[in-house]
Amino acid sequence: MEIYNYMGYELIEMVKSKEITVQDIIQLNFERIESTDHFLHSFINLSKKKALETAKVYDYKLKNNNSIGKLFGLSLANKDLISIEGFPTTCASKILENYKPPFDAFVINRLLRKEGAIHIGNTNMDEFAMGGSTENSCYGPTFNPWDLSRVPGGSSGGSAAAVASGQTIFALGSDTGGSIRCPASFCGVVGLKPTYGRVSRYGLVAFANSLDQIGPITKCVYDSALLLELISGKDPLDSTSVDVNVDKYTEELKNPIEKRVLGVPKEFFGEGIDSEVKNSVNKSIEKLESLGATTVELSIPHLEYTIATYYLLCMCEASSNLARFDGLRYGKGNDDLTSDVYTTFSRTRGANFGPEVRRRIYLGTFALSAGYYDMFYIKALKVRSLIRNDFIKAFKQCDSLVCPTMPSTAFKVGSLIEDPLEMYTQDILTCSVNLAGLPALSIPCGFDTKNLPIGFQIIGDYFDEKGILNIGYQLEQELGIYRKTPPLKSGGG
Amino acid sequence: MDNLTEQNNDVIIGLEVHIQLTNLKTKLFCSCSNEYRGAEPNTYVCPICLGLPGTLPVVNKKTIDFATRLALALDCDINQQFWFFRKNYHYPDLPKGFQISQYNKAGGRAFGDGGKITVRLNNHKRDIKLNRIHLEEDPARLVHKGSIASSPFTLVDYNRSGVCLIEIVTEPVISSPEEAREFLKQLKSIVQYTGISNLELEGSVRVDANISIKGHKRSEVKNINSFREVERALRHEIIRQKNAIKRGRVLIQETRHWDDKRKITISLRSKEFEEDYRYFPEQDLVPIEIDEVFIQKVKEDLPEMPNERAQRLRREYMLSEFDSENLVLDKRIADFYEAGANADPSFGSSEYKQYCNWLMNNISGWLNENNVTIDKTKITPKHLEELIKYIRDGKITTKIAKSFIKDIMEGKSVSQIIKERGRTRLSDENVIENHCRDIIKENPQIVKDYHENPKALEALIGRVMAKTKGQADPTITRKFMLNLLKK
Repeated sequence: MEIYNYMGYELIEMVKSKEITVQDIIQLNFERIESTDHFLHSFINLSKKKALETAKVYDYKLKNNNSIGKLFGLSLANKDLISIEGFPTTCASKILENYKPPFDAFVINRLLRKEGAIHIGNTNMDEFAMGGSTENSCYGPTFNPWDLSRVPGGSSGGSAAAVASGQTIFALGSDTGGSIRCPASFCGVVGLKPTYGRVSRYGLVAFANSLDQIGPITKCVYDSALLLELISGKDPLDSTSVDVNVDKYTEELKNPIEKRVLGVPKEFFGEGIDSEVKNSVNKSIEKLESLGATTVELSIPHLEYTIATYYLLCMCEASSNLARFDGLRYGKGNDDLTSDVYTTFSRTRGANFGPEVRRRIYLGTFALSAGYYDMFYIKALKVRSLIRNDFIKAFKQCDSLVCPTMPSTAFKVGSLIEDPLEMYTQDILTCSVNLAGLPALSIPCGFDTKNLPIGFQIIGDYFDEKGILNIGYQLEQELGIYRKTPPLKSGGG
Repeated sequence: MDNLTEQNNDVIIGLEVHIQLTNLKTKLFCSCSNEYRGAEPNTYVCPICLGLPGTLPVVNKKTIDFATRLALALDCDINQQFWFFRKNYHYPDLPKGFQISQYNKAGGRAFGDGGKITVRLNNHKRDIKLNRIHLEEDPARLVHKGSIASSPFTLVDYNRSGVCLIEIVTEPVISSPEEAREFLKQLKSIVQYTGISNLELEGSVRVDANISIKGHKRSEVKNINSFREVERALRHEIIRQKNAIKRGRVLIQETRHWDDKRKITISLRSKEFEEDYRYFPEQDLVPIEIDEVFIQKVKEDLPEMPNERAQRLRREYMLSEFDSENLVLDKRIADFYEAGANADPSFGSSEYKQYCNWLMNNISGWLNENNVTIDKTKITPKHLEELIKYIRDGKITTKIAKSFIKDIMEGKSVSQIIKERGRTRLSDENVIENHCRDIIKENPQIVKDYHENPKALEALIGRVMAKTKGQADPTITRKFMLNLLKK
């Protein structure tokens, strides 16, 4: 049996009917990791011993008809910035190399402690989630399972690559400007960024706290809907989590989508979007029309300002969020006791943060400084509310928006790393969603001529995860490509 | 130095007073206990107040209640919607690299704006206007061996990290160190009445002061760690500035540190290199809304404030303005007063006045000398009530009564003290009889009064007591006095 051929919900049924044991699944996942991770490099740290022990306990419980939760011992790969008690959580940064949180994140508590998922390891990412290619990791890059010479996208690249290659059944990611949807798109898997406030951020190491949101990365829409159901809801430890009714997402997937009005924002199909991507997305839109949905072209006029706005705000927030890593409690011990405290702080930070993180801290600190604050930060907040209003207006005309996830398919490792501005432009179709705080789903909708997956993005109104999962599921079933597995080889050109 | 006590129209002082809300059970943003004093270092901590990555703050609801109480007591305008800001700076006592605070610029709002405290100085009343009050978290405590400069290490105790502070910022309108002292005296009293904090606890108060001489640059003196030190620090700084001006030096805007061991201010850094705190909104917290209903509820539950109480005491006990204002400063003293002065229906304005005098002079003097508060002693309002009656009735003299204070503070009643002392001292009937004869001989006018008004007997007995320094047995004295007067 090849583990990568199975969806999560299928394996749950197989465990339930005792066709397969939890230990079999976990064992197969680790075999897969052992045979592939030396060239994929999806993981930073593995939890094999504990995972196998837990699997054994779960099998025993299941044998005795004890409940272990709705996830039936299926494997979960965790992005390396979501806290798990006692497990290294490095954020792919040298400064947290030896850090083990003494507490569980809210989502970890839900999935691992309550619902019976088994943690198999933490996945690679851009350092502190800053990047779109998983190249900014102090542990080196992750490679795309569809073409090993290409990036998996980022920043949750390890999670997406692990799901795509069958190293894990489920994965968690975090999305600040596209960090779930971008790698989902590049790796041909499903990535869901929930509404800001839908899922508690407690335990998520903050990059830009007004934009960050945790979400699932899975092989199919059903699995994402299942995970979202289990991690959503108000958490008293996160004041920004919202007490809005959690829908039964899995039960709503099969609803017909006829009469659904889909908005097609013309700016998302503009200059700079690869024609193969556009064609594929347009074909999918036609498929949705054939399922009874109607489309309406509309406009998000302020989209052109999103990159500038997004990067300004996320850098400002990051400069503050990362201030705590000062060498006093984190980072390799700076043994020079003769210099003053500020010199020690600076040296530790300089030596332990990677170049992209340093760049963002510099720029964010600069933009928040006296004399620049109004010009940059306050202005960016104003544009942010204009962008939010554009979306609110759009949702008066339609139920959901449909567009590409990324302007192109996965690019070559190393091709953009020296050109941060070009790298930032990759987020043009995803980061406006974070600025507005909306939910969005990316599902694979086709392949380009290089056999690289193309992502289809469905953006929902606030807390309408139900609606976008429903559309995503219908399209996924119609397209029927979600079972395609990546070749795990280097492509040409 | 004396000229400082005069009205100094050229001195401008503004204060920033940080007080810990010590009566909260838990910290501002987590559920760790607030009562860290005396605890083993780093035991009252959790991932949130340690600022571990991934943690988020959640506002302690009770702080909103407490801040509302203070805002109402200080006459501030409460902002019915407010939010927190991050104040960014690096320091070893700051676990997150920023302090969650409030800001009243850049679209931010403090908890309350404006407000005032009325102070009396040299019999002149004046309102000291406030700029704002706001909430913020306390940093950790840095522990050194000896002084900062000589200590070979700095230890960090996070027990204090995240404790709720409220900052009271005055307008720059205070005109002398004495006025500052009176301001703080009133503030302390108001805080005590609101029940939000016990400012007697060590480290519960920290004051920063902005000081300037009109026409010159100001300095900010930080690290004044008790109300008592403020006046001293201000005096020092004013003299320093005036001397500098006298010598023709140009003052620079700077931050200075109050060295409370050497009692001087030391320059820390000039304002040209002032830290830029890069304030911006704390988006891990949602804006907090306070509605009128809540404010009304807090208002109704608020106890009588000291100024209202002073007015009432003037009305009900016919006390002077001076007496009533002094009496109400410490709520425990005022409570004691009312419990005692009110208990005896025979008491009138003169007993009320006496009660107040005894409480404010002898009792308070004893408390100060022994550095305790009245609730920590065994004296009850009843004890003082009895003492006043004994004096009034001439059973003991004031002088004798004063010698009872120590025993009363230890919980003995006046009658008990007299009994004890009497037993060991004067109960010889012959001696007492002789004393009575002498007093009758010496006071023909009182004897004459007695035959018109028997109450004068008490005055005669009182004189015997006085003469015997309170040692004569009052019962025996009365018996002989009556006998002798009949003759």
